[in-house]
Amino acid sequence: MQHHLILKIVTKSIVGIILLFGLYVQFHGDYSPGGGFQAGVIFAAAFILYGIVMGLDKVQEVLPFWVVQKLAALGVLVYALTGVFSLFMGFNYLDYSAFSPHHPEHGQHWGILVVELGVGITVTGVIVCIYYCFASRTPHLDDGEW
Amino acid sequence: MEQVYLHFPILQVLIPLLLAPICVLVGRSTFSWLITFFGSVSSLVIAISLLHSVSDGSSISYHIGGWPPPIGIEYVVDSANAFLLVLVSGISTVVLLYARDQIKLEIDEENHTLFYTCYLLCLTGLLGVLITGDVFNVFVFLEISSLSTYVLVAQGAKRDKRALKAAFNYLIMGTVGATFFVIGVGFIYMATGTLNMFDIYERINDLESSRTVRASYAFIVIGMGLKLAMFPMHLWMPGAYTYAPTVVTTFLSATATKVSLYVLIRFTFSVFHFDFNFIEQVFKFLVMPLAIIAMFAMSFVAIFQKDIKRMLAYSSIAQIGYMLLGVSLLSSEGLTATFVNLFNHGITKATLFMSLGVLTLYSGKSFLSDVQGLGKKMPWISASFLIGGLSLVGIPGTAGFISKWLLVQATIEAGVPILALLIILSSLLAIVYIWKVIEHLYFMEPHSELASQKVSFRILIPLWILSISCLYWGFDTSLTVGTSDIAANNLFNNVIKLN
Repeated sequence: MQHHLILKIVTKSIVGIILLFGLYVQFHGDYSPGGGFQAGVIFAAAFILYGIVMGLDKVQEVLPFWVVQKLAALGVLVYALTGVFSLFMGFNYLDYSAFSPHHPEHGQHWGILVVELGVGITVTGVIVCIYYCFASRTPHLDDGEW
Repeated sequence: MEQVYLHFPILQVLIPLLLAPICVLVGRSTFSWLITFFGSVSSLVIAISLLHSVSDGSSISYHIGGWPPPIGIEYVVDSANAFLLVLVSGISTVVLLYARDQIKLEIDEENHTLFYTCYLLCLTGLLGVLITGDVFNVFVFLEISSLSTYVLVAQGAKRDKRALKAAFNYLIMGTVGATFFVIGVGFIYMATGTLNMFDIYERINDLESSRTVRASYAFIVIGMGLKLAMFPMHLWMPGAYTYAPTVVTTFLSATATKVSLYVLIRFTFSVFHFDFNFIEQVFKFLVMPLAIIAMFAMSFVAIFQKDIKRMLAYSSIAQIGYMLLGVSLLSSEGLTATFVNLFNHGITKATLFMSLGVLTLYSGKSFLSDVQGLGKKMPWISASFLIGGLSLVGIPGTAGFISKWLLVQATIEAGVPILALLIILSSLLAIVYIWKVIEHLYFMEPHSELASQKVSFRILIPLWILSISCLYWGFDTSLTVGTSDIAANNLFNNVIKLN
């Protein structure tokens, strides 16, 4: 006996598209609406949707709690290390021109991409983490109790 | 990279910020402590070298991302904030030396890494608030430090569940404060169209009658008043200080409120013009009376506390009254007194909280009856509490005396000798509550069941570093008073000399 068959089928087919759209927003954020924060939220939304429909256990098989925690930290590290890279190249902190000293415009472009990647990773981590924290507080519902 | 010292202003904030995620990624208790300590020590070294290079009254400007101000974010180091950078990173280093053993007792093993991460983030936030020259950046760093502070306070829940309520209380009050502050910043932006402090200072010149500017100052005073526990907005403080782990209380009491007070001073003198009519009135009719009430009322409340931690928290609110009194004189001498007070009170309170923490290391209870007779059992630790207490009261020969003396001088020079009298009278109240603790420590029989407790050297060394510095700054005032004098003069005359 399977409950919410339609929801589950739709979720399965849509999760991949959401993730793909998240990546699109992430990497086109520099010249179209979007960026790290929006992409991170969209990316996290895919996991949250999966979690709501399939249950917390199922989604934590894909993305365990400890991974989420480390992701949140990793993004900050990516952001900060981008700045440190500029320092090592002899520029001021977070001066993206360091990425391409001969073409500062390209450098600025690439720098923003890397920094936004960091933002995206952290936001994904934090949003999923918040969801996990709230979701794991309530006892699991049996299928019959819906 | 060949000239690292040019990047010191950013490294000051960057090192603890960078180490915080590393802490989470690695996730071992000992390792976390090690890198936290490393971060704190390197911050201290950088802060000292920054203080050294601005000690002639000049200032350093650093442009983040290579964008010159007012477009980009600018970090500015002058003697005022360099002095406090040294205080914050110095206290943090000393507290960490002792934190390791105390944390083991007070917090569950699995939370250690996240504790140290929050500690690092709190340090980042406090240092960032001090160093930045951008008003919105102040808000961002203030939130970084506050949010991590709430978590740190809540860690006291292992020993006392009331820590959760205290942390929540602090969260609500702190968030209201931060919201008010950011509304104020929004209004300034609306009126001037810029966020760079020194750019605002120039543009705000003929906006004295603008209602937007006045409203923004009102919002900022209230917001910061909440954060620094200005008298009627102090309600979060006794709870947070009482139930937080001792390490956190020690660190916060010496830094967090001081940094908020610095923000208030910085905004009054370097963003707004302190000779604006409405600012003079705010200080004359609002801040000064509240400061005086705080000095008396809070000292009086402290006398009747049974819990020593709570007593010291109330005493902190009273001490903030002295600092605000110094500012509200709106004179260079008053500012000097406040800066010296910030530093000396930071050390004094840290000494008191730390020695109390060690006295009650194993029981975790800090009621007067719990320390009864410990003067004989733990003579060295009780002695350091005694030194801290004397310094709090302002006995000659201790750091506290210097700050009270300067404040008394400033009030007399400002032509209101009655304030000097009030300062001395309220100091007498401090004698009463400190005496109550001393009496319990030295003149009462210890509880018989209390076994002699072993305290390791790792705890004694930082404790005595603090106690001796309480005495040291009471004799050698060249650093404290000298730097404060330059800082106050620069702020007062708004001299920002860029090298």
